[in-house]
Amino acid sequence: MIWNPHNECMDREARRELQGFRLHKLVDYVYHNVPFYRQKLQEKGIHPDDIVSIDDITKLPFTTKADLRDNYPFGLQAAPQSEIVRIHASSGTTGKATIVGYTRKDIGVWSECMSRCLSSYGITRNDTVSVSYSYGLFTGGLGVHYGVENLGATVVPSSTGNTEKHLRLIKDLGITAIACTPSYALYLAEKMEEFGIKKEDTSLRVGAFGAEQWTESMRQEIEQKLGIKAYNLYGLSEIMGPCVSYECEEQDRSHINEDHYFPEIIDPDTLESLPYGEQGELVFTTLTKQGMPLLRYRTRDLTTLYDDPCPCGRTFVKMGKIVGRSDDMLIIRGINVFPSQIESVILSMPELTPHYKIIVDRVDNFDILNIWVEVRPEHFDSSFDTLIPIKTLEKKLENKLRNALSIQANVQLKAPGSLARDTENKKNVVEDLRILK
Amino acid sequence: MTIHQLSVFIENKSGTLVKVFKMLKNEGIQLIASTIADTAEYGICRILCSEPTKAYDILKDAGVAVSLCEVFALELDDEPGRAADAIELFASEGISIAYLYSFLLNGKGVLVFRPDDPEKVRKIILDNKLTYIPEKDLSTLA
Repeated sequence: MIWNPHNECMDREARRELQGFRLHKLVDYVYHNVPFYRQKLQEKGIHPDDIVSIDDITKLPFTTKADLRDNYPFGLQAAPQSEIVRIHASSGTTGKATIVGYTRKDIGVWSECMSRCLSSYGITRNDTVSVSYSYGLFTGGLGVHYGVENLGATVVPSSTGNTEKHLRLIKDLGITAIACTPSYALYLAEKMEEFGIKKEDTSLRVGAFGAEQWTESMRQEIEQKLGIKAYNLYGLSEIMGPCVSYECEEQDRSHINEDHYFPEIIDPDTLESLPYGEQGELVFTTLTKQGMPLLRYRTRDLTTLYDDPCPCGRTFVKMGKIVGRSDDMLIIRGINVFPSQIESVILSMPELTPHYKIIVDRVDNFDILNIWVEVRPEHFDSSFDTLIPIKTLEKKLENKLRNALSIQANVQLKAPGSLARDTENKKNVVEDLRILK
Repeated sequence: MTIHQLSVFIENKSGTLVKVFKMLKNEGIQLIASTIADTAEYGICRILCSEPTKAYDILKDAGVAVSLCEVFALELDDEPGRAADAIELFASEGISIAYLYSFLLNGKGVLVFRPDDPEKVRKIILDNKLTYIPEKDLSTLA
């Protein structure tokens, strides 16, 4: 079902006009409210009045994750604090998080876009939806929650954690839809088997899955094991949160809510815009956001945009699967992790050397993060004649990583000099063994 | 009363042990006994050798994760039950043993172990007149 046919099925030319109009307003807004953008625009010799159509977007400067970090916490906020009604945060490349403030209108747009996604999955006011993304600073939980309420369906804010209790709720409350990470959906299926719950024992019929990359074979497995239809949901907190793009009943690529989030594909090296159909880095401009609007934000996600007409009737462009990143960010069980964050935790322990290796794998559809790190030989005193102090040291680093980055890692200490040295290319310290097709 | 033992943190990978043993060989140091406590990925190789402090310096200088620890080495007659008798003495005093290994040397049994309470062990050895191998004998034993 289409939630907002007027906007979702708008004639493309009419939409381009709307986008151009909104872009002009946006540039005018940030020019007068965000000193960072005013300076960037002036440096390029651009005045808001130079932006008259959506094609003028290529004249605008890019925004990067580094810009968000440099302006931590509120430097890019355009609305006054009195207008901000909520704050979310995501991981930054170093210790500092990325802070995103939302106005009441932003929350409204977010809920509207989220309702479009849910409606597209076939969810209606007669459904009961369990939101099993984590609630908190992460946008997943509250983002989907507000969309479900706005749609008029019943929301069960299950969050993450107690799976046994969650399964009981699914059965007892007749929950029909679930929103979570695809790997959690598979974990849930496993637990159902363990507790002897058959898919026929539940009323589940549809799921919205996102926050991490998943494959077609995972989709088939989820659909088969839970007896549901599984749809992709994409978003990022810098732009809004979950709701930026969504699959329709075709289950083939995700429609972008481009009346609010204007997408472009660029060549990450030359920064030139690429036409539809070519793969490159995804860039978003928040056409209507008030709290923290962004011009041409470089997501670092690599994908392709398609403008072929969709049988569903929506005229929104579609994005393909995310095939990789143009930076070194890893997404592990839905959590964004930069190798530099792991390194700074390792460096905080005098017992360890800066020689480490990060290995990410996927075992039984579950992301596994292994960290190998060499011990400092000087640290080997006479207590190190059993494995106990070595295991203790491993646990200590695992705890520090959990506290600092909220990630669960398996740390393995290595003998000094046993890991390959590569000071030139930091990328070589990461080995991602997950094969995603 | 105790002797020095080398504990080397090594990875479970072919060739790592050879590297350590070769460094000792090149300096004319002889092994008396060695044992590896293993897990899947790595282990601790414990070594008794003719010149432990020299061996320690050599390995440390080469960047090996090695520690020098003090262990007890009892000399027992090579007949059934002697090890049981000795360990019972310690157990009856509530002493725990972190690890233990034994081997035969010149017709005598040798029992090497690290207890949680070395002072108590020292007293038991003296009170019961047990024979132990002192550090200075290591060079001649080899």
